[in-house]
Amino acid sequence: MISEKKQTEEKEKKVREIAVPGETIVSGKDYLPGDGTRREGENIVANKFGLVDISGRLIKLIPLSGVYMPRMGNVVIGRIENITFKGWIMDINAPYSAFLQVAECPRFIKGDLKDYYNIGDMLSCEVISVKNSGIDLTIKGRGLGKLEGGIITKINSNKVPRVIGREGSMIKLIKENTKCNIVVGQNGIVWISGDKVEDEIKAREAIEFVVGKSFIDGLTEKVKEWFENKPLKKIVKKTEGKK
Amino acid sequence: MEISNINKKKIRESLKEDKRLDGRKPEDFRKIEIETGISKNAEGSARVKIGDTEVIAGIKVDVSEPYPDHEDEGTMITTLELLPLSSSRFEYGPPRIEAIEIARIIDRVIRESGFIDFKKLCIKKGEKVYTVLIDLYTLNDDGNLIDAGCIAAVEALKSAKMPKYDEKTEKIKFGEFSSKSLPLNERVPVTITSYKIGDKIVVDTTREEEDSSTSRISFGLTDSKKGDDIIISSLQKGGEGTFTQEEISKIIDLTVRKFKDIQKETEGVE
Repeated sequence: MISEKKQTEEKEKKVREIAVPGETIVSGKDYLPGDGTRREGENIVANKFGLVDISGRLIKLIPLSGVYMPRMGNVVIGRIENITFKGWIMDINAPYSAFLQVAECPRFIKGDLKDYYNIGDMLSCEVISVKNSGIDLTIKGRGLGKLEGGIITKINSNKVPRVIGREGSMIKLIKENTKCNIVVGQNGIVWISGDKVEDEIKAREAIEFVVGKSFIDGLTEKVKEWFENKPLKKIVKKTEGKK
Repeated sequence: MEISNINKKKIRESLKEDKRLDGRKPEDFRKIEIETGISKNAEGSARVKIGDTEVIAGIKVDVSEPYPDHEDEGTMITTLELLPLSSSRFEYGPPRIEAIEIARIIDRVIRESGFIDFKKLCIKKGEKVYTVLIDLYTLNDDGNLIDAGCIAAVEALKSAKMPKYDEKTEKIKFGEFSSKSLPLNERVPVTITSYKIGDKIVVDTTREEEDSSTSRISFGLTDSKKGDDIIISSLQKGGEGTFTQEEISKIIDLTVRKFKDIQKETEGVE
């Protein structure tokens, strides 16, 4: 707890500036361009819309919006779009479609691929390579494979780190308070599975709350408060308003 | 991303217990927000939000020739464009079946309700009449575009002012408006679209609910506000699925109830 407080204090001191694409962040050859930035002559220019993070000589940009760009090792949740002879074509909410080969399936596959995973099924998979020719996925591994039951919801992929929290603290909190099993894909697709639909809806509302307030420090405390003040009373009010 | 099999199954299962994934009941509408007068160049305009669904409507009035079988009546054209910015499933280009169908439903609802007094839109019988152009654009698609589009079109018509007419050139003075409203009457039209998901009837669906439904039916209703009789002025069915006779009579009861609710909500909007 003490270390977390210290860190938040440090964060408050270090006010991050917002940069828009094309904006010069710093000029001078001493600095190095990092993620989301590029060098233009003397200047370091932002590629995306986000917060500027200067650590020593390195300039990084923490994006606030934009599409998900897959990287090797990411665990993502995808939807099967099409079936070919060799495997499944998947939509992973990225600009490019991804491919899951039959050989990357942990089961022995014989006959029609449709009988194993059909169009519209959701799978949690790992990105094994990102090349010009395409993105390759695997479902060999712990916790990977077809998702059954529950609900799927979509969030901004740039907010995924906030939803998971520091060392998974935020997602643990939501799981404990809603008794749901939650898988957050790096691509912003979230799978929530609980015993009751109400629990799943509550978990989704909590995730939406975190995404909406992602810029606030000490968010874990706020979410705890939200869960305490969120008993059925408020939900009833909301539905009344909707009538 | 299109709907997953998981969500489809969940929507159907929870509807059996009369629950929807956003916490509403099957007969509940989302919150309706209406804003008029958003465009200064159009004769009338409105923006309507139902939940996350957002539609804008603009009214322009022009001069043209009447149809030969209705020489003393003005004309009306409704168009709807499903902008690609509203959903990843829409593309640029000429309107597809979906856009044409929604525009035609809204056109028919307004035309057949007698909301616009076309006889008063005649300038010179058989030669010159006013044409009312209703243009609808979707800004965000989260289902129920038909009902949102109809409310937007009606509110825009209510807020519209007649343009100034130049009798010498027989043209409209563009950008100049008179203080006169369009010749409207009290028969305000409303559409209520019901979807059938599994065995349940649901109104004001989200995009995911529409994707998991099998059939759709839109009722266009109107009343004169003086008498209590509500008139069904138009009807459109879509989707592959079917409705039984009992379901239709159940939907009519539901539609009439919802019609009164929406009438209350849209009343007094200027």
